[in-house]
Amino acid sequence: MAAIYSLYIINKSGGLIFYKDYGSAGRMDTNDSLRLASLWHSMHAISQQLSPISGCFGIELLQADTFDLHCFQSLTGTKFFVVCEPGTPHMENLLKHIYELYTDYVLKNPFYEMEMPIRCELFDISLAQAVQKERVSLLGR
Amino acid sequence: MAPAAPKSGDVIFASVDRVNAELFTLTYGAIVRQLITDLEEVEEVNKQLDQMGYNIGVRLVDEFLAKSSVSRCVDFRETADVIAKVGFKMFLGVTASITNWDAEGTTCSLILEDNPLVDFVELPDTCQGLHYCNILSGVVRGALEMVSMKTEVTWVRDMLRGDDVFELQVKLLKQVPEEYPYKDDE
Repeated sequence: MAAIYSLYIINKSGGLIFYKDYGSAGRMDTNDSLRLASLWHSMHAISQQLSPISGCFGIELLQADTFDLHCFQSLTGTKFFVVCEPGTPHMENLLKHIYELYTDYVLKNPFYEMEMPIRCELFDISLAQAVQKERVSLLGR
Repeated sequence: MAPAAPKSGDVIFASVDRVNAELFTLTYGAIVRQLITDLEEVEEVNKQLDQMGYNIGVRLVDEFLAKSSVSRCVDFRETADVIAKVGFKMFLGVTASITNWDAEGTTCSLILEDNPLVDFVELPDTCQGLHYCNILSGVVRGALEMVSMKTEVTWVRDMLRGDDVFELQVKLLKQVPEEYPYKDDE
């Protein structure tokens, strides 16, 4: 049982820089994931204009029948979103934690080019550990 | 779920791994010396230090935002305050103070009384035009650019040139929020 289905990181221009999926359902190829990321980027932007309340910074949570989508946008415009089973708790904390891992293992890597796809092994490893820890804590409830 | 309260600079500074301050000062000194040797012209060195600082700033800002959990600043005054109290404290271990606000609230000065970069440093006569700490101006400029603020950051007072403090003037040129390519009339 994978409570987390997939994780996406989008740069400030809407390009997908990281995609990882954890469940067997809904596995996508590269083109589809790129398309989905741009779609989400656009929807996130449009939602800010649609909001009846001023000062809205975009969609944070999307709830559907078969999944929840939690989105975190940093003040620099990078978006982190995770698709998970409906009702999975602590996803906001997980996203904040992934943001910290991003600032450490991706941004501090001098060979990582800003806004480009993430190809940092250390990031993959620590991300896997974070998600695994989350999975374990969810199972333990 | 209530957002985490922003942490103070001291708390974050205490919680990260730290390195020997002299190693930091020596490393920076080596960089400046090498740049002077390679580029020869003091103005070129200043420019290069600023560029290096810019590249650091664009990456550092996310680290700052992630660790300090500050929320969006309401105006530039708050931004300057956060940079001086939390940012400088978190990364350099020193707190800066803010003075000299102009009437519109778009220009201010960051005052540094203590600066770890310049421990043991004296500028020789051949390098009188050098802004030794120019990397800091680049860092501030780069960081603010990533949060949609175009700024101009210049040194007003420099302790290595005989002044009593380091004064960095930060001028907000304009706010450039993310442009989305959606036009209403299309």
